[in-house]
Amino acid sequence: MPTYVVKRVFQVLVVLVIVTIGVFLAMRLLPGDPIRMYLTSSQQGQVSAAQVQALRHEKGLDRPLPVQYVAWVGGLLHGDLGDSILYGSPVSDRIKHALPITMYIGLLGFLIGTALGTAVGVVCAVRRGTWLDTVLTSLSNIGTTLPIFWLGVMMIYVFSIYLHWLPVGGFTWPTQGLVTSVKQTIMPVLCIAIFPLAATARQTRSSMLEVMRQDFIRTAWSTGLRERAVVVQHALKNALIPILTLSGINLGIVLGGDVLVESVFNIPGMGRLAVTSVVSQDYPYVQAIALIVAAMILLVNLITDIAYLWIDPRIRYT
Amino acid sequence: MTTADAHIDHPRVLAELSPRAREFRRFARVFLGRPVVAFGLVVIVVFVVVALFAPWIAPHDPNVVDVGNSMRAPSAAHLLGTDALGRDTLSRVVYGARISLIIGVGVVFFASIVGGLLGLVAGFMGGWMRALIMRCTDALMAFPMILLALILIALMGGGLGNLMIALTISMLPVYIRLMCAQVLALKESDYVTAARAAGARRSRIMLRRILPNSFPPYIVLMTMMIGGAVLAEAGLSYLGLGISPPTATWGNMVADGQQYLTSSPLLAFAPGLALMLVVFAFNMVGDGLRDALDPRLRGTL
Repeated sequence: MPTYVVKRVFQVLVVLVIVTIGVFLAMRLLPGDPIRMYLTSSQQGQVSAAQVQALRHEKGLDRPLPVQYVAWVGGLLHGDLGDSILYGSPVSDRIKHALPITMYIGLLGFLIGTALGTAVGVVCAVRRGTWLDTVLTSLSNIGTTLPIFWLGVMMIYVFSIYLHWLPVGGFTWPTQGLVTSVKQTIMPVLCIAIFPLAATARQTRSSMLEVMRQDFIRTAWSTGLRERAVVVQHALKNALIPILTLSGINLGIVLGGDVLVESVFNIPGMGRLAVTSVVSQDYPYVQAIALIVAAMILLVNLITDIAYLWIDPRIRYT
Repeated sequence: MTTADAHIDHPRVLAELSPRAREFRRFARVFLGRPVVAFGLVVIVVFVVVALFAPWIAPHDPNVVDVGNSMRAPSAAHLLGTDALGRDTLSRVVYGARISLIIGVGVVFFASIVGGLLGLVAGFMGGWMRALIMRCTDALMAFPMILLALILIALMGGGLGNLMIALTISMLPVYIRLMCAQVLALKESDYVTAARAAGARRSRIMLRRILPNSFPPYIVLMTMMIGGAVLAEAGLSYLGLGISPPTATWGNMVADGQQYLTSSPLLAFAPGLALMLVVFAFNMVGDGLRDALDPRLRGTL
């Protein structure tokens, strides 16, 4: 097992290096000159070629690519994500505020969705073929295909404009005002929770049905255990692996969905920041967000893989 | 099941059919057995017809601005009302189907070919070639699809062509992985061993044995991914990064409508509903295809 973990960590590091090279090259090689963008947006007037050159030099954009790459990675390792081309301030300044907001909303939605989804899936499997199963399974099928930005807009119509219950958007931390915070986060968190909820319910239902057929479940029943014990301790525990795999994938989808949900509800998180910096071609922001998200997803994948070993001791990778 | 179906499935009737026809009957029965799959099929047919014949189906020109006639409620002339510029909402939804169809089919077409070839090579060659392809796939997979497409659009700019390239690249990893896993599994199968023993060349084994046998799950994935591509395009257009106005797409229509929720919620509701129905339909038909082609795929796809 330790060799497997070491091997897997090494593999993730290799992928991370590929990601950094890819992100770096993509930002440098494709068209769209950030210096020209910066100049035209900040000082409208005529700018001499020398001034452009000086600025390019100041931002380090005139050095050879490998040198730029090494300098950039070196900076990353020291927590330096570069400076905004548009504002001149360090990228990390705004990311420091945006990242916790995205994590808060994203994790809340992900956890609520996954927990509820597992419960729904277990209920469907245990009550297979009943009207409850039919209704919940159909809802899950719809839930995995809902356009969440549209769902968000429709929620705003119903709960904010029609019923006047919730504000249309914005974000407040619970410490800054609990009531406002809860009111503002209900809709975005629900939007984010929908996909993991529906997908987890579907997966849980099918893997529970698979496990419930097994001999050891019949044995468990025949020993006279109560339904709850058979379902939770014996069946669910053994149905967990595919659910765990799916959760790893879902977290990536949640982070992607955040981009849309934050835009719908005007939440100043990483997703909103990504969109605004793409529009203004503020490369260092795009770069930093891409890297942080990729690193988080790789880390989660690594943790999921290692968690398999813990959940199912039979798994022995070579 | 109706009596006619029962008659078709009667063993004596089946026995008279050729094996291929029998297999097709079985396929059709399982495939259309679930009402939701049949519903999905109908939605897809309607969607394709509407997209192809938009100019004949749409009651008005989707881009004609008529400010004197703006924000109208549904009426006989404008079944779904008009938007802030007086454009007919129904016609715009109809034309929006075109963009969705082009994107859905185009992206899946290119991504499945490129991804399939890369997966085939990775699975068949092994060694450093597989390591290289699969590690790059892992790197692509480290980005949520919509974020990856967003970054690519930031670099290349918007528009239909670039949007298609961006979504194709974002979708590649799924195809590469599936194809690679398929090839690895099929390589161990008896008929591949038999072909090898018979002295078949590697290229022949790859193209004549492995490729055709990896089709069933691939077709299922392609069907589902059409929905995924349509959804991703709508998301990007909603963010203002996909297809830019005045071209009507379901995504930018929802974004437009969001500004007028108070006065005319239908503007945002209608295109979103169309979007949801189409994505749902492709997913359900994908589900149905999976059950009909190979029930063992349940849980993996």
